[in-house]
Amino acid sequence: MSALAFTYTPVAAAATHVPHSYALVGLVLLPLVGAIIVFSLKTEQAKLAKQLSFLISLAVVVYTAIIAIDFNTDKHITTANQFQFAGSWVWIRDFGVHIAFGVDGIALVLVLMAVILVPCVMLASWNSLDSKSGAEEVAAPGAPQRSVKNFFGLMLLTEFFMIGVFTATDVFLFYVFFEAMLVPMYFVIGSFGGPRRQYAAMKFFLYSLVGGLLMLASVIGLYVTTGSRSFAITDLIGHVPQGATQKWLFLGFFLAFAIKAPLVPFHTWLPDAGAEAPAGGAALLVGVLDKVGTFGFLRYCLPLFPQASKYFAPTILILSVIGILYAAFLAIGQRDMKRLAAYTSVAHFGFIGLGIFAFTTQGGTGAVFYMVNHGFSTGALFIMLGLLLSRGKSRNIDDYGGVAKAAPIMAGLFLLTGLSALALPGMSTFVSEFLVLVGTFTRHKGLAVLATTGIILAAIYVLYLYQRVFQGPAREKTAGFRDVNAREIAAVAPLLALILFLGIFPKPVLDIINPAVKQTLHEVHQTDPAPKLGPNSVVAGGTK
Amino acid sequence: MTTTAHGIESAAWLLIALPLISGAVLLLAGKRANKWGHLLGALVPIVLFVYALMLFFAVKHEHNREVSRHLFNWIHVGRFSIDAGLLLDPLSLVFVLLITGVGSLIHIYAVGYMSHDPGRRRFFGYFNIFVAAMLLLVLADNYLSLYVGWEGVGVASYLLISFYYDRNSAATAGNKAFFANRVGDVGLSVAIMLMFAYLGNTSFQTVLHSHLSNGVASAIAFMLLLGACGKSGQFPLQTWLPDAMEGPTPVSALIHAATMVTAGVYLIARSAAIFDQSQSARTMITIIGAITLLYGCVSAFGQDDLKKVLAYSTVSQIGYMFLAVGLGPGVYAIGIIHLLGHGFFKAALFLSAGSVMHAMNDRIDMRRFGGLRTVMPITFAVFVCGYLALIGFPLATGFWTKDKIIEAAFDKGGTSGWILGIAALLGAGLTAAYMTRALVMTFFGEKRWEDDVHPHEAPKSMTLPMIVLGALSLVGGYLLIFGGGVQHWLTPSVGPSVEEGVHTVNPTVLSILTLVVIALGAYGAYAAYGRKAVPVEKPVAVSPITRAARKNIYADAFNEAVLMKPGQWLSRALVYFDNRGVDGAVTGLAAGMGGSSSRLRRMQTGFVRSYALSMLGGTIAVVAVLLAVRFQ
Repeated sequence: MSALAFTYTPVAAAATHVPHSYALVGLVLLPLVGAIIVFSLKTEQAKLAKQLSFLISLAVVVYTAIIAIDFNTDKHITTANQFQFAGSWVWIRDFGVHIAFGVDGIALVLVLMAVILVPCVMLASWNSLDSKSGAEEVAAPGAPQRSVKNFFGLMLLTEFFMIGVFTATDVFLFYVFFEAMLVPMYFVIGSFGGPRRQYAAMKFFLYSLVGGLLMLASVIGLYVTTGSRSFAITDLIGHVPQGATQKWLFLGFFLAFAIKAPLVPFHTWLPDAGAEAPAGGAALLVGVLDKVGTFGFLRYCLPLFPQASKYFAPTILILSVIGILYAAFLAIGQRDMKRLAAYTSVAHFGFIGLGIFAFTTQGGTGAVFYMVNHGFSTGALFIMLGLLLSRGKSRNIDDYGGVAKAAPIMAGLFLLTGLSALALPGMSTFVSEFLVLVGTFTRHKGLAVLATTGIILAAIYVLYLYQRVFQGPAREKTAGFRDVNAREIAAVAPLLALILFLGIFPKPVLDIINPAVKQTLHEVHQTDPAPKLGPNSVVAGGTK
Repeated sequence: MTTTAHGIESAAWLLIALPLISGAVLLLAGKRANKWGHLLGALVPIVLFVYALMLFFAVKHEHNREVSRHLFNWIHVGRFSIDAGLLLDPLSLVFVLLITGVGSLIHIYAVGYMSHDPGRRRFFGYFNIFVAAMLLLVLADNYLSLYVGWEGVGVASYLLISFYYDRNSAATAGNKAFFANRVGDVGLSVAIMLMFAYLGNTSFQTVLHSHLSNGVASAIAFMLLLGACGKSGQFPLQTWLPDAMEGPTPVSALIHAATMVTAGVYLIARSAAIFDQSQSARTMITIIGAITLLYGCVSAFGQDDLKKVLAYSTVSQIGYMFLAVGLGPGVYAIGIIHLLGHGFFKAALFLSAGSVMHAMNDRIDMRRFGGLRTVMPITFAVFVCGYLALIGFPLATGFWTKDKIIEAAFDKGGTSGWILGIAALLGAGLTAAYMTRALVMTFFGEKRWEDDVHPHEAPKSMTLPMIVLGALSLVGGYLLIFGGGVQHWLTPSVGPSVEEGVHTVNPTVLSILTLVVIALGAYGAYAAYGRKAVPVEKPVAVSPITRAARKNIYADAFNEAVLMKPGQWLSRALVYFDNRGVDGAVTGLAAGMGGSSSRLRRMQTGFVRSYALSMLGGTIAVVAVLLAVRFQ
């Protein structure tokens, strides 16, 4: 990133005037303040609420970009100083709880992904609460008008929690964000979702709560067993006693994250939540919130519990591969397109889990890059489904067919999105998926080959969906579909452009992620396996 | 060692960038570009062909005729470092010339062919993207970049097969092609992973200059072969290719005959150094080649759709190429030469088939053709040129290129040599037979046209490229083998050719034998179809062999019974299991924890908000209590 920093010298210089330790506090507070302002508007001021929210989300993007430009990728990393822009303030003195923020490469790229997705989701949801034009289903007669300002306020509130959860460097603070994050999403699903929204919201809440409680037990256990009188991650790394204690503490964190991610068999809440949430909410839920689970594996499970991580890794790897194949088969068999999209994500989370627990730099970096790409890709997918639903008012795939005739641009955007979901070479999703597979292969050949067969199933669920919705003869219902307008294009085009650009030139992002992943693996005491045949086998020509 | 690119060679990336940009422009510009889109689309490959010729002469003078052009560092994570770079060498350059040369002719043809199609601009957009991806495939200097081109042509092929997307059959055919390719992609992916795990690199420079243990070499080779079979429509992944004829005819000519489907042959020839280290993989290629070449011939017999006949013929001819590259050192070049010749004559055949289709209101059933030679003399002449080249008529292209493969198969020696040789010889006879059948049914005999068709010769933009390809079909083979030019040219890439080895069968005797077999095949078909009237309806009472040939020897039925149906059942069963089993168990557990199931049901139906808030309050209380109790 140093090259970019050089190009943007004026901006970077301006950023350095702000004390670094406050930079992230500002970033966390910006959407929170925005949310409070939007909530305090009158219900009638819907248009103002939308515009204000959108502007704030754009400001957050700019803010994050400045931090990213100022982020030092060449820094020498140790356990103690792995976070940049770090700042820490005492919160509960007696227990050593701090309000502490900081980013390493892993957190930074995830925050970037999250804040880029938010304005896109807002644009896509612009009219989605307008029962006449944009709603995703036909409103029941007499149903109350849904509050636009509350919806956009909740989006900003969600953004606040997302940034907080990725940048917190105090385990207790993380836990608080992790739990509190549920609340705005719960209301997004429960108040703005589909017909079975209340069931879905409750299921989502219960699952997450169970996971959260398990984690809480482990958080407390950490404090007790390490005796470090601090919740700062950097103070805890290397101090968790080995043996049974570590395994139990690991399981508390792991289960919370496995439910959140979700990993098979803890996944069944996601299809319901993803299907019933409004498309914009689903994009954030599956695109960002679920990443907190896989992010947690890397940030907490591996460095804090290296021995337990290794102990449980084989089980987790096998669950991940089962997840890849099992969820893909389930996606193929769905009739509800949003459930289908949710299951594709479960399959993708299998790849992320695989990469993390393969303990190689390729696997780890691939997994983090996968999280970023999947956020863009699945975000775009849910946005596209939302646009489709606002026209067809049905989630049932069989109600569609021949949409490409009436809405060719929409079909093209959808196909590109779909191709990114099946990790087409040339797109960023391919880079991350291949890194995960190759990183896994160097340690676990059989599992990697099994996971690779998932690419066939991915092609089937994507193209079969595309065929049933967009191809074939136009139907009476679909013939009148309006093609996407400029606003709708603007909601997905940036995401697709990023996916294409990072497919050809992933270096800027990989260079941010790499050092952090190496540090994480260092904390698990793992190094990459060397090539089996070594350089001696090269007889002529040679290589660098 | 390779030379670093300089002069005009440094701009080789334009070969990929130009068609990619113009494809993007055509697709993004929308209706505004409808007026001139096709002209831009057709101009690009012509410019590229001129540039490719300049490159050819530049590289010819370089040391070892190998030039590398490093572009940028693509992926770098730990030891996994992939540079995007291009390799200009004899093998890649003959492909570049084939793709841009035949590509230009087919683009020009398509201007006329698609002139009445409302989707013409979109068509040229996809077509240019295909050219870009195909050039990346052959120019990449490492296996991962090759994979990008490999999948790019797959997507372009998918888009063009399902070009008429409102036809269900076209959409299904596009999917089928992509799925079969993806099966092959698993092979290619695993091969690349093996390369990295054992050699730490995926560049040609490293991989193709390494000693591998036999086990590793075989593993990589078999995985590459799986990829090659998917892309090239070889047994057992062949059934998608005939269905791919749903696309517009120029697509069939360029992608599904001349270039993309031969990418598997390219991959094997490119990886010659790996296949040379694995006898078992090479044997497997020859077996696949022999099975597929006979399969294609027999299936071609059962088709009444002219394009399907040509498609099965392509399957069969690529079988010949596989056979050749499988025979290994010394025969690679012969396989590539047949590939180039096939590019000429099969394109000529497809373009004339397209011309016929154009004239017959897009109908393609040969039972409703007949007597077209007088109405469409140019088309007829070009088709005959392609016909002669394909069956191996003396001095036409196939005579030079295909006979060499038959000869090489016999020369392999031993029982396997005889089996492969006889299969190849039998294939030559069958090829003559099914092509004679197609020729007679289309151009000879009485008219069996439907009432509303008024066939006419195609416009000049279509006939001119056809004439060029027709001429190349006749003389191209001779040019390709003249003085061993192409064989010598390819030597740096695939090793020297065996010029005069020990012959199992005297070449002259074999040549005569082959001609006799071809003549018998052609005569047999003429006797069956040329002497008596062709029924307009398919005869029902036919032999089991004909029935099998019509159903492509039950390959589709097999796939459906063994793969599709069980896959659907599995998917349905898992959906049921997930909804009842997994979800039920977890919900039950949650209910147990929450107290009773009736309480859960109440939660689900009413008072949700207050419940959620109280739950949050509860959590905070729990936190407080836990902390208080433990630490006071």
